[in-house]
Amino acid sequence: MSADSEDEFMSGMSSEGGFEDGNESDSVSFGEEFEDDEPALDFGLHDKDITSAPKKPYEVDFDVFGPRDIQKYQDKQIDEVGAILGQPPESTAILLRHARWNKERLIEGYMDHPEDVLEKAGLGLAGAVPAKTMVVDGFVCDICCEDEPGLETYAMKCGHRYCAECYRHYLSQKIREEGEAARIQCPGDGCSRIVDSKTLELLVEDDLKDRYHELLTRTYVDDKDNLKWCPAPNCIYAVECGVKKRDLNRIVPTVRCDCGHYFCFGCTLNDHLPTPCALVKMWLKKCEDDSETANWISANTKECPRCNSTIEKNGGCNHMTCRKCKNEFCWICMGVWSEHGTSWYNCNRYEEKSGSDARDAQAKSRQSLERYLHYYNRYANHEQSAKLDKDIYLKTEKKMTNLQSSSGMSWIEVQFLDTASQALQQCRQTLKWTYAFAYYLARNNLTEIFEDNQKDLEMAVENLSEMFEKPTSELAALKVDMMDKTSYCNKRRIILLSDTAENLKNGSWKFNIDINTA
Amino acid sequence: MALPKRIIKETERLMAEPVPGIKAIPHEDNLRYFDVEVHGPSQSPYENGIFKLELFLPDDYPMTPPKIRFLTRIYHPNIDKLGRICLDVLKSNWSPALQIRTILLSIQALLGAPNPDDPLANDVAQRWKEDEPAAIQTAREWTRMYAVSENR
Ligand SMILES: [Zn+2]
Ligand SMILES: [Zn+2]
Ligand SMILES: [Zn+2]
Ligand SMILES: [Zn+2]
Repeated sequence: MSADSEDEFMSGMSSEGGFEDGNESDSVSFGEEFEDDEPALDFGLHDKDITSAPKKPYEVDFDVFGPRDIQKYQDKQIDEVGAILGQPPESTAILLRHARWNKERLIEGYMDHPEDVLEKAGLGLAGAVPAKTMVVDGFVCDICCEDEPGLETYAMKCGHRYCAECYRHYLSQKIREEGEAARIQCPGDGCSRIVDSKTLELLVEDDLKDRYHELLTRTYVDDKDNLKWCPAPNCIYAVECGVKKRDLNRIVPTVRCDCGHYFCFGCTLNDHLPTPCALVKMWLKKCEDDSETANWISANTKECPRCNSTIEKNGGCNHMTCRKCKNEFCWICMGVWSEHGTSWYNCNRYEEKSGSDARDAQAKSRQSLERYLHYYNRYANHEQSAKLDKDIYLKTEKKMTNLQSSSGMSWIEVQFLDTASQALQQCRQTLKWTYAFAYYLARNNLTEIFEDNQKDLEMAVENLSEMFEKPTSELAALKVDMMDKTSYCNKRRIILLSDTAENLKNGSWKFNIDINTA
Repeated sequence: MALPKRIIKETERLMAEPVPGIKAIPHEDNLRYFDVEVHGPSQSPYENGIFKLELFLPDDYPMTPPKIRFLTRIYHPNIDKLGRICLDVLKSNWSPALQIRTILLSIQALLGAPNPDDPLANDVAQRWKEDEPAAIQTAREWTRMYAVSENR
């Protein structure tokens, strides 16, 4: 987003009075009802999936568009607005880009003061002149100082004339090196006239035209608040979502691009459900700031709490068994594993220390570090475990391919492993962020419910994760069990996310910081 | 690579009709590299100072702006410790129709009209806004210390 549009957004926000807290009766509704102020991009190019399940509280409506859809939509808008303004498509395109695709504002302004609008968009006086190069007697190019007779030259209506070669060179510099397209200005010093598409058609080398059109489409998406590019590397899709910036403390708009990437429409970071963007930003900043003092961050080895021999964590599962003494313990809290089946509390909840400690200032700062470390440790652990889970899955998958031939199982039949692995990744991603969320939660009844949900999901995840560590030969027999555990994980995740999202929407969460100033 | 006609013409003109208060001389072994001297404008805290700069014309000049840096230390809100200059025509407002001489004139004008609202040296800009007379005093002292010939 450019600095300009950010400013526009800010001013737009203050004029609308911003986000009103505690106003339950007209609480923000997310999803379908955005057509009033922002027409949906859905213009019949996409069929809405009418058979899809009803929306969960944490889900938002969105659409995914390819470059061609966006191009088509732009062209359609240009035609419509051009017909109203009586301007040719090239000029209309410039006017619309200049108005950042706010066609109502453009049409209104044009009706009142057409000359002003044209001048400001760099079009000068109306009327189309065919774009062509010409030879001018006694011409000296101010850019290259060439003065040969017969030199081809070019100028737009502003009259700033340069040799065609310099003009070409200038345009390719802007497009190729500076990534500019929609608002390239005349090369003349101080001239704000914008290079129109006819000039570009005439002068831009063919191999740059694709790049130019790609950039034009890019600026279209960049200009629209309800459109964003998928941040996955090399992904060509854009996502449309009606959730506004001012709503972001009440909803975490997570979208799924057609390329498979889940991301937050609010901040374009990877899926960070259930934590709102503002807290994510704060948390990441904190982790970055504290990373130096955080030498404690557990590496991949720990000592067995019973015999002190070194144990390396090599899978995502937190259920550790010491090779030497066979002690079974939990990687996170180092407690005895057998107690975890029923009570996981020591693992997901930070026990707030008594107030007496806190009187000592030093103890206080140590305590706040400890509290942070508690949550960070678990946050980082799920991140790390997700990677390890994936590694194990990839190894298993290879083995399964071999197994396929020996056991006679078909490709379809081994897909349960893939499904399980994906569920595991997604649940760990969610769990990871629940710890950042919990760090900022003020303690109350809701927190208890949250921690119970967190605990249930965590247990479901560890149970599933554990299955990946079974010998491959046993996996075929465990298929049904694994599928059950997978769907249980997904179910727990939905419960946790739905509950958190409801409370967020209603403003029921109490945070220990001011989320609105984040 | 042969020197483009544009650079030859510009250099010739800089020599034949020098701009008052500005000197720009190309190195003999590298005609894209210039030693520059800019006189501080009168009525400014930089008055009587002679500021040395280096100027380099990159390969794609004039499609991209020249690279310029102050070598003499200077107390100015738009010039940082490394001598880099915050000036629109050296960045987004560069036009290939601009020339070395016009750029140097803009730099001289910048000395006469510091703009603390578009700062490069934040500490200087802040001081400039909070206590302009004191900032101007410091700029004068620096000029005397670093840019007046008998002290260089
Ligand atoms: Zn012009
Ligand atoms: Zn030329
Ligand atoms: Zn994508
Ligand atoms: Zn976000």
